Amino acid sequence: MENRDDLIVNDSYAPMVNHSEEEGKAIRKKVWFVTILLSVITTVEVAMGIILSNKDASYWDFVKWSFIILTVVKAFYIVMEFMHLGHENKTLRRLIIIPYVFFIIYMIFLIIMEGFKVGAGYN
Amino acid sequence: MAEHVGNVDTATAWGGGVSPFRVTYGKMMMWFFLVSDALTFGGFLVALGFAKASADSWPVAEEVFFHFPMTHANLPLIYVALMTFILIVSSVTMVLAVEAGHRMDQKGVQKWLGWTVVGGAIFLLSQAWEWGTFIAGPDGILSTWADNATLTNNPYNIANPDDLRYTNFFFFVTGFHGFHVFTGVVINLLVFLQVRKGVYQARGHYEMVEKVGLYWHFVDLVWVFVFTFFYLV
Repeated sequence: MENRDDLIVNDSYAPMVNHSEEEGKAIRKKVWFVTILLSVITTVEVAMGIILSNKDASYWDFVKWSFIILTVVKAFYIVMEFMHLGHENKTLRRLIIIPYVFFIIYMIFLIIMEGFKVGAGYN
Repeated sequence: MAEHVGNVDTATAWGGGVSPFRVTYGKMMMWFFLVSDALTFGGFLVALGFAKASADSWPVAEEVFFHFPMTHANLPLIYVALMTFILIVSSVTMVLAVEAGHRMDQKGVQKWLGWTVVGGAIFLLSQAWEWGTFIAGPDGILSTWADNATLTNNPYNIANPDDLRYTNFFFFVTGFHGFHVFTGVVINLLVFLQVRKGVYQARGHYEMVEKVGLYWHFVDLVWVFVFTFFYLV
């Protein structure tokens, strides 16, 4: 058991995750990149919301989907880099992401479909 | 089943007592909590989607959220965008606190975690202002409850004032998120005090900062979705 490097006993946790000054520099560089990316995406979203009218049906669907895609991009970077999930064990990553994404997509599909149907019934 | 036991290769099988996911118990449980909490928020936002899809009219966020403190200019969504930016920045300072912890840099953790608490507090105060402005309604006066935005009155949906879902979803979604921010700030503050006392330095690792960091990033993550689905789409 002592020679295996894929298992960690709780007491040996700290030496495994701690890093040196040089590694820290590389991590901080990545953090600043993600920060700028998130800020730019938010700015673009707000600018689109202000400039483009949501009463013009010809392009509003496109704008709406752009918002959703940009949000998923932001979420990806927050989860993978800030929450460090991209650097965790592959099994743990899949254990967290796959069930959630599956259930949430299923729920969105069911309930939004139902919403449009109910709305059509009212109006 | 007993005959299979003999076939298990004890050199490669998980023998218990250690993590097969190369992660500590505390971090894994925090992830499991976050997944369940994310389903709760997912439920809120999908319910909001149902309301929007089935409503015959829904107020436009640019025409509701255009106020900014200390000015009467029409600045649609700028204040909400500023709040989003504040939360993103406090998430960044949290990553930097975790990174400093991995170098056992007590002063660094203290500095960045301190700024994270400050960022969270600014966000909470901003939300208090936003709620006040929202409740005051289009006339901007908080004095009488009759024309204020409440759970039982919706002054924003002019075409269909009986549809109260807009104000209800605003209070429930931003309120539930705001409560998460509040608990996050309190927990961050407690961990900050522990860092200052040198508790984690003596322990030899800053895993606690990582765990509260996960929760804090989650709060930021949820706000990214609230921002899109309540204010933008």
